[in-house]
Amino acid sequence: MTLHRAKPLTWVLALLFSTALHAQTETPMADAMRNNGKIYVVVAVLVIIFIGISVYLVQLDVKTAKLKRQIEEMKK
Amino acid sequence: MKKQWWKALAVILIIYSIIAGFLGDVPRRDILNETIRNLYFHVSMWFAMIAMMGASVTFSIINLSNNKLETDQRARLFAEMGLVFSILGLLTGMLWAKFTWGAFWTNDPKLNGTAITMLIYFAYFILRQSLEDTEKRARISGVYNIFAFVLMIIFIGILPRLTDSLHPGNGGNPAFSQYDLDHNMRLVFYPAVIGWILFGVWIVQIRLRVATLSNHVLP
Repeated sequence: MTLHRAKPLTWVLALLFSTALHAQTETPMADAMRNNGKIYVVVAVLVIIFIGISVYLVQLDVKTAKLKRQIEEMKK
Repeated sequence: MKKQWWKALAVILIIYSIIAGFLGDVPRRDILNETIRNLYFHVSMWFAMIAMMGASVTFSIINLSNNKLETDQRARLFAEMGLVFSILGLLTGMLWAKFTWGAFWTNDPKLNGTAITMLIYFAYFILRQSLEDTEKRARISGVYNIFAFVLMIIFIGILPRLTDSLHPGNGGNPAFSQYDLDHNMRLVFYPAVIGWILFGVWIVQIRLRVATLSNHVLP
């Protein structure tokens, strides 16, 4: 049987078989975030939330420090 | 930007406790299961609260000798921050209790002692608000603060240890100090405590600035 005479079903089977083979050969992917029941994702979410709150606190810090300096200058 | 490094340290330590707290190895214990990780977050709140109340009573004692308005403000703001930590500790503890003991609240000496402590500190703020004269308020609430701090130590530090308690670490129930892996847990727990204490001090510093600013605007 030559290649150009192959029936469509054979092609479909060949395609399925090839993808199955592909999956078996451990292709490197970004799996780190999907390991251990995806707990890393939750950790990342918590870290993002906490960094966000910290950035907000830094802004509040800078703003109040500036106001304090301005009032001290006004008193002089 | 000098003298700001401890704020970065606070954030780094807390982020470290979140990452290592979730991904680190913990002992496998019946009933506790993965909730053993609450040690890093729930217990840190109580340690931070005790530190805030300790700072508050220290400033109250200083205020009794120097009579400065700012010292009294520090005492108040540290007590407020301590109350915030205690509310967070109580809520997280109640959530944990629901899934471990089956009820949000049990008449456990540790839980009731905590509730009494919080009421004592609520009374501190009500006492402050009821006194108009700032100097009188600073002195009377300062004396009461010493009384409140001693009662807190008795109610959450001593009484739960004298009786049986369901709470981990009391009445023969295991806590992290008795585990094989306790060393690993300490390496996360203590940085978490230091991080949250520094974070609390940072918020108090900002609130003190706001308080002094409003004193300028509204004399």
